[in-house]
Amino acid sequence: MPFSTLSELKTRLDAGDISAVELARQYLERAEKHNPALNAFVHLDAKYVLAQAEASDAYRAAHGARTLEGLPIAIKDIFCTQDGPTQCCSNILKGFHAPYDAHVITRLKEAGAVLFGKTNMDEFAMGSSNETSAFGPCRNPWNSDCIPGGSSGGSAAAVAAALVPAALGTDTGGSIRQPAALTGITGMKPTYGRVSRRGIIAFASSLDQAGPMTRSVRDAAMIGEAIAGHDAGDSTSVADAPEMNWLAACDRVDMQGLKIGKPKEYFIDGMDAGVREAVDAALAACEKLGAEIVDISLPNTQYAVAAYYVIAPSEASANLSRYDGVRFGHRCENPDDLLDMYTRSRDEGFGSEVKRRILTGNFALSSGYYDAYYKKAQQVRTLIRQDFLNAFEKVDVIATPTSPVPAFKIGEKTDDPLTMYLADIFTIALNLAGLPGLSQPCGAVHGLPVGLQWIAPAWREDMLLGAAAAYESATDWSTKVPQGFGGET
Amino acid sequence: MDIDVHKVAMLSRIRLTNDEAAELGPQLESILDYVDQLQQVDTEGVVETAHPHDAAMPLRVDVVTNGNRRDALQSSAPNTQSGLYVVPKVIE
Amino acid sequence: MSWETVIGLEVHVQINSKTKAFCGCSTTFGADPNTQTCPVCLGMPGQLPVLNTEAARKSALTGLAINGQINLESKFDRKNYFYPDLPKGYQITQFPVPIVEFGHLDIPVPDGIKRIGITRIHMEEDAGKSMHEGLDGVSHIDLNRSGVPLMEIVSEPDMRCADEAVAYLKQLHQLVRFLNVSGADMEKGQFRCDANVSVRRFGEPLGTRAELKNLNSFRFIKQAIEYEVARQIELIEDGGEVVQETRLYDSVKGESRSMRSKEEAHDYRYFPEPDLPPLRISQQELDAIRAGMPELPGALRARFETEFGLSSYDADVLTQTRELAVWYESLVAAHPADPKRCANWMANELLGRLKESGLNISSSPVSALRLAGLLDRIADNTISGKIAKDVLDAMMASGDHADAIIESKGLKQVSDSGAIDDMIVKVMADNPQQLEQFRAGKDKLMGFFVGQVMKASKGQANPAMVNQRLNKLLKG
Ligand SMILES: [Mg+2]
Ligand SMILES: [Zn+2]
Repeated sequence: MPFSTLSELKTRLDAGDISAVELARQYLERAEKHNPALNAFVHLDAKYVLAQAEASDAYRAAHGARTLEGLPIAIKDIFCTQDGPTQCCSNILKGFHAPYDAHVITRLKEAGAVLFGKTNMDEFAMGSSNETSAFGPCRNPWNSDCIPGGSSGGSAAAVAAALVPAALGTDTGGSIRQPAALTGITGMKPTYGRVSRRGIIAFASSLDQAGPMTRSVRDAAMIGEAIAGHDAGDSTSVADAPEMNWLAACDRVDMQGLKIGKPKEYFIDGMDAGVREAVDAALAACEKLGAEIVDISLPNTQYAVAAYYVIAPSEASANLSRYDGVRFGHRCENPDDLLDMYTRSRDEGFGSEVKRRILTGNFALSSGYYDAYYKKAQQVRTLIRQDFLNAFEKVDVIATPTSPVPAFKIGEKTDDPLTMYLADIFTIALNLAGLPGLSQPCGAVHGLPVGLQWIAPAWREDMLLGAAAAYESATDWSTKVPQGFGGET
Repeated sequence: MDIDVHKVAMLSRIRLTNDEAAELGPQLESILDYVDQLQQVDTEGVVETAHPHDAAMPLRVDVVTNGNRRDALQSSAPNTQSGLYVVPKVIE
Repeated sequence: MSWETVIGLEVHVQINSKTKAFCGCSTTFGADPNTQTCPVCLGMPGQLPVLNTEAARKSALTGLAINGQINLESKFDRKNYFYPDLPKGYQITQFPVPIVEFGHLDIPVPDGIKRIGITRIHMEEDAGKSMHEGLDGVSHIDLNRSGVPLMEIVSEPDMRCADEAVAYLKQLHQLVRFLNVSGADMEKGQFRCDANVSVRRFGEPLGTRAELKNLNSFRFIKQAIEYEVARQIELIEDGGEVVQETRLYDSVKGESRSMRSKEEAHDYRYFPEPDLPPLRISQQELDAIRAGMPELPGALRARFETEFGLSSYDADVLTQTRELAVWYESLVAAHPADPKRCANWMANELLGRLKESGLNISSSPVSALRLAGLLDRIADNTISGKIAKDVLDAMMASGDHADAIIESKGLKQVSDSGAIDDMIVKVMADNPQQLEQFRAGKDKLMGFFVGQVMKASKGQANPAMVNQRLNKLLKG
């Protein structure tokens, strides 16, 4: 039961085999038992979870079930919720209670979901290992010496260990897909503008997008369908996005006629041999399912990380200026004067990775450097977008490894920010281009999961879901579970 | 690349001890050295992308939708008095 | 040694929309502190801006009125700086691509008119208010104004003296009120001016400029600029150099001081606002905005002069605001026989009385229709102009019809020749000496007799008839 998918749980709820309260209790018990070892949840209020489950059972009895009725879904600590704290795993927001729900939280509530605690993450989503969290690192259920990936590490670990059947994450440069890959689950980053950003604490506004982290492709579609849609409160939420049938897209079982692009720049020297083997094997499996593998080139991909580490910190440097100790958040004790209040509150409130990015961003934007850094990065962004547009003239979807390496050891890369930044080398380009991407499990190296990344044209999440669902139905990587969490058969 | 870390820290309104500055300086420099590979790209005449999609801005009708929620909105404020936010004296 | 002054002006005009630029909070002035705030204008985590249609429309309208180029695609940017009244730590503004560029305004100068270039109009959000007075070691922040929409109107450095700067500002002030894009109440900070001032010897390149901040009355603007010009000339003549800096004018002391803080020069780190896609206005939308443009002050003034035969002085007075012009036109519509009489009575009598009572044309107790009613009684000789002034006083006080007041106070003009003759005979009998002198040829005494008869009639005798009968009877 614990390692069931959302769709399986929905079937059992709809059949009356189990109530939302019973389901909530089971996951609460698991979380209570296993969270101390994983540190996946930074806030979990059993009473609040059960109250929602009771309300859901009552709603079902009175009106019938909504699309996510009674299903527990964990929330990354970056989503503002009226209930409970929203702290973005930062000391600067310690104890902060948002007086509003994020748009996607409202959507989940309207779909009948039971909000199941706040999950650990890198502070302000800045990191690829969950090690920058003010609440301490989160651990990988497959090997507790290892990181779960980041920044949505808590959501990934919680779903991988089945402390909850599904979770929400956010993805600015790979923060859903990379931890999904490293913990053996499915994670989807929708097209930029598909899901409202309102009420999600901003990291880099032109890149951020929320998405599901689940145990199956169909589960990702279920949540995607619930949270997607226009929001007049987010000017970048697209009003005329093409309509799409999320669930029907998952019915695909073969790949007849599907052209899969294999970009040579994503199979590079220095990547883990086991990862490369697993992804090659996955592509061979796709060929067997009828797909045509087409060699393509995305020549500007090599500059994606560099462009990203100008654009994301620049936007972040401004987005994080509001944490000034005036209207909310941490203020230092007894400031000498205004400047002291600003500089000391922010020194005490922000961790070192956040400071590094704020400083990088402010340097890149500062007078005399803007053209060489910010403007140049935006021009390269155009070229990266163009690469994808050119590629999608020839192929339907693109397949790549999600991460060049499997989960690494906690502490292994913390001394060298730059090596850490390269962890997102395969995921960053599509954020710059605003495209949808999905990672699903496709193998293992030394007992650690490997992720296969799918990339589709803008607004074609159905292409991602179709290809991933077909692959999932033909292999059993999605059904693998980590040892020690009661899922062994 | 030579960076005046203290100047950038001041722009960022973040206090840095000398030790922190000594550590951050080289880190920023290595990040920016890496980023410098962007200079290899020929971007002559390439337009800049600020937004991933070519969309226009939606507009809001001019109708008041927000009432007074001062108490709720100030509940997480570090220091208020009679509905005003209190900060150390602003010197002009 | 002769000096030339160079002045460019940046004017922040508060757009008179009901709600703020990027959120649905009210912009009503004078509310309790922080009661008109929301998560967006408080810069709370995860909150996003959505632009107010009226801010865009009114900015475009102003751009059309100054013959500017309206950019059908304009962009928003972030201007970064820390200040407690700036919640997000950045101001949303427009930097490289504003909504309006390349406009101009023609201003009156002693020898005709002068064209002042307008570089740009961009939209931005206002900051909140910091209060320091009477507080010990702390400041208080009210964010009701945070996010209120502004137009920043930036001129070319085309003005050459304080008077030209003031003329430009008055013209602009009148324009934005005419367009109904701003209340432009300077006391409420709805029309705020920063002046960039430099001096140079004639024929030399531009000198270093100082920026004078927050000049909030026409009088102070003139004083501040004149003070600054004198300061700079004296500085240079003493062998010093002007430094580029921001200066704050103290209207009480009549001098300015430097606001430059030592810690850093401003580095605003502008970059494109990622939360807002480009603002696009279609040609059709722009045409519709243009179609709704009211007649502008210059055109209206010219029309009043030609169509109604007004003096340029009266035309100017009656086109100071759109309300005045509209009021005058409804007055003429109700009293079409004599537009000049309408202008005289409105400009000299009514406006003077309103000003004395601290009222304005919109709060006038006498409507255009009622004033026309009074003018009708002058035209048909029911009362004299002199009596009419008393009647207007009574109308101001009671709000009554002219006719009701004339009736109840018995002010009807005496046009009965028998009654007038009786009064004349009595005046002649009471003033035999003057009568003798008149008859001896002292024609000037005619005025004396008219005065005496009018006095005897308590001003109610028809003056034309008094003249006519006197002419006859005095001669004997
Ligand atoms: Mg401005
Ligand atoms: Zn607001």
